[in-house]
Amino acid sequence: MAKKLRVVHYINQFFGGIGGEDKASIPPQIIAGPAGPGKAIQNVLGASGEVVATAICGDNYFGEKMEQAADELIGMISQYNPDVLIAGPAFESGRYGVACASLCKAVKERLKIPAVTGMYEENPGVEMYHKDVHIVSTGVSVKTMTEAISKMVNIASRLANGEKIGKPSVDGYFPLGVVTNEEVDRTGAERVVDMLLKKLRGEPFETEVVQPKHRIVTPASRIADMRNATIALVTDGGLVPKGNPDKIEASNATKFGEYSFIGTQSLDSADYDVNHGGYDTTLVKQNPNRLVPVDAMRQMERDKVIGKLYEKYFVTAGVSTRAEMARKFAQSIAAELKAGGVSGVILTST
Amino acid sequence: MLAKELEKAGIPTAHITAMTPVALGVSSVRVVQGKEIVSPLGNAKMDSQTEQKLRMQIIANALRALQTDVKESTLFDDNKGG
Repeated sequence: MAKKLRVVHYINQFFGGIGGEDKASIPPQIIAGPAGPGKAIQNVLGASGEVVATAICGDNYFGEKMEQAADELIGMISQYNPDVLIAGPAFESGRYGVACASLCKAVKERLKIPAVTGMYEENPGVEMYHKDVHIVSTGVSVKTMTEAISKMVNIASRLANGEKIGKPSVDGYFPLGVVTNEEVDRTGAERVVDMLLKKLRGEPFETEVVQPKHRIVTPASRIADMRNATIALVTDGGLVPKGNPDKIEASNATKFGEYSFIGTQSLDSADYDVNHGGYDTTLVKQNPNRLVPVDAMRQMERDKVIGKLYEKYFVTAGVSTRAEMARKFAQSIAAELKAGGVSGVILTST
Repeated sequence: MLAKELEKAGIPTAHITAMTPVALGVSSVRVVQGKEIVSPLGNAKMDSQTEQKLRMQIIANALRALQTDVKESTLFDDNKGG
């Protein structure tokens, strides 16, 4: 009979009930027992396990000092002698997803226990860590919490008990890129012919070997003559003219704006709002040059480091932006920049 | 995403962010270290003159990135990188 599992759960400041973006810089802490979604984890575990502690950290604290945060958390987590770490689920929250996956990887390596997390497929944590950590595939929003927890606990328990995990498509996690041997009834020749026939008939089939997706990096050529170049500013930090005239959404943005600052030497707080659901916008509202650095670029113009600052900046809110949408924005912006003789872009993100 | 797609369209793009591991991992190619997540080109704890110097330094890194040919995701920070 499997022993009662000791589980530590990791969550961020929001799920820990401490606060929202205003508390995103809180340092790591740990409390006994389950908290927030950890209670649902405890329900699913039932008598088979106990959430002995909940580790909490602010998303910005972790994001800005990843190694230090992981060190501090591992120190706290190890005191509870867990059999497994469960982190999140983070759904679409990029900083949170990256923190969860990064912590799981560090815990696996240093505490030598299994670690599982969960997030939506477009969370940057997936691309960065899916080969290192079991990451359960969740829906976009908290509405899918129950299903996410159930999948995470399933995988966490099996890993902790040394049991085999099912294939990614069965147990609902992102492929780790590992090829395993299995015994089956039919020969390889029979199976591949069967797949080919299905493919020819337009029927669904499951490949046994997934070709790795190479990350294709296609950098543009460098700017050779910066002194005569026109540089444009683009941001996904949601800085918009006061009143947000084009009503750019604060998350899941479906549009980008372009706004002129002809003649302005520095952005004035009175002229701008910050419309972005994913970060505490106080500092940028106080001084918009902290996000869209017009004052510095004007200095570069005066010092003749660059030829010109392009007269408009482009803005959207980079929260839960679908990859497809980002692609469309970039293509539209690029077309306009080329027509405007712009040589390069400085993109600023929060 | 935006940085990658702009580069693909032929426009060199220096991506300034505090979350450089994410930018490097999700394939922005010219990544420049920003100061804080909530204030990538600023620091409210500094007096305005020092903050201005910081902003100029980060922009200088960004301009250096735009003038550097890169083959893979590369971090530009202070006076190193590239």
